[in-house]
Amino acid sequence: MSSSLISPNPIPTSSPATAGGGDRSREAKTRRRKKKAQAQAQAQSKGRSQSSKWKSHAQQQIFSSSLLQALAQSRRGAGGGGGGGGGGGGGGRAVREAADRALAASAKGRSRWSRAILAGRIRISKFRKRKRPAAAVAAAAAGRSRKPRVSVSRLRGKGMPAVQRKVRVLGRLVPGCRKEPLPVILEEATDYIEALEMQVRAMSELARLLSGVASTGAGTSSDSPAAPPPSQ
Amino acid sequence: MSSRRSRQSGSSRISDDQIIDLVSKLRELLPEIRDRRRSDKVPASKVLQETCNYIKNLHKEVDDLSSRLSQLLSTIDPDSPEAAIIRSLI
Repeated sequence: MSSSLISPNPIPTSSPATAGGGDRSREAKTRRRKKKAQAQAQAQSKGRSQSSKWKSHAQQQIFSSSLLQALAQSRRGAGGGGGGGGGGGGGGRAVREAADRALAASAKGRSRWSRAILAGRIRISKFRKRKRPAAAVAAAAAGRSRKPRVSVSRLRGKGMPAVQRKVRVLGRLVPGCRKEPLPVILEEATDYIEALEMQVRAMSELARLLSGVASTGAGTSSDSPAAPPPSQ
Repeated sequence: MSSRRSRQSGSSRISDDQIIDLVSKLRELLPEIRDRRRSDKVPASKVLQETCNYIKNLHKEVDDLSSRLSQLLSTIDPDSPEAAIIRSLI
């Protein structure tokens, strides 16, 4: 029953949505483990050949699958309570946090920002909402009005206050790098930007797929019943 | 140059070349600076500023995408066949 899932068959008809909640979750877990193992094997073979691991397609697949599972789990948990009214702002934040957690998990703990995300997601987000808008606006305004003409030598000296301020802002933007020295922040920012780009790519593809499914699913909902039948 | 390097390496153990290397790597990632032709004359503060702006833009994009995704997910009524299809597609 579960052996057909690993092959790239787009539409499994009989296996996934069977029985009640318990069986479904168990099957989903085994499917997830097998898929992750296979995706990781693929990622290892492809990631080593490419220079930057965030641009590989396999990494994107890992991220998308873990994001989908997290979303499905959260939906199953909160589907009964706030189904229709949770969309837009409130639901978006949950999706964003799930996406960030999936992104951090895809980093496999090799970067500081991923560890910081996984360690204290709730704490950071509460602080971020208060501090980030005011600080970001002030820093952006100051940077735009001053226009300093510095080169890399000034950066080496780490003396210029404008540069220092920008480094601090950057350190606050990248999670987990608020107290790190300059080269650490630069390195983490490099990795973080690549990861964010991958996240944007994967999520936009997911949104495209979902919008396509949603538009066709509304029309052809007669094929599959809404409630999963007990015997299939 | 060598005296400056030795002084700094005594205090911070970070080489200037390392910082230059990191800044140039960061510069390659930013689309704003990559498209400009004078790639040698971009000051480091500009790189930092563009990095901050770019990360903020990416954050905003992720937020927009996530709210859109949550809307899409909430409008799909039967989550069993569609979610299974999507999971197997990806």
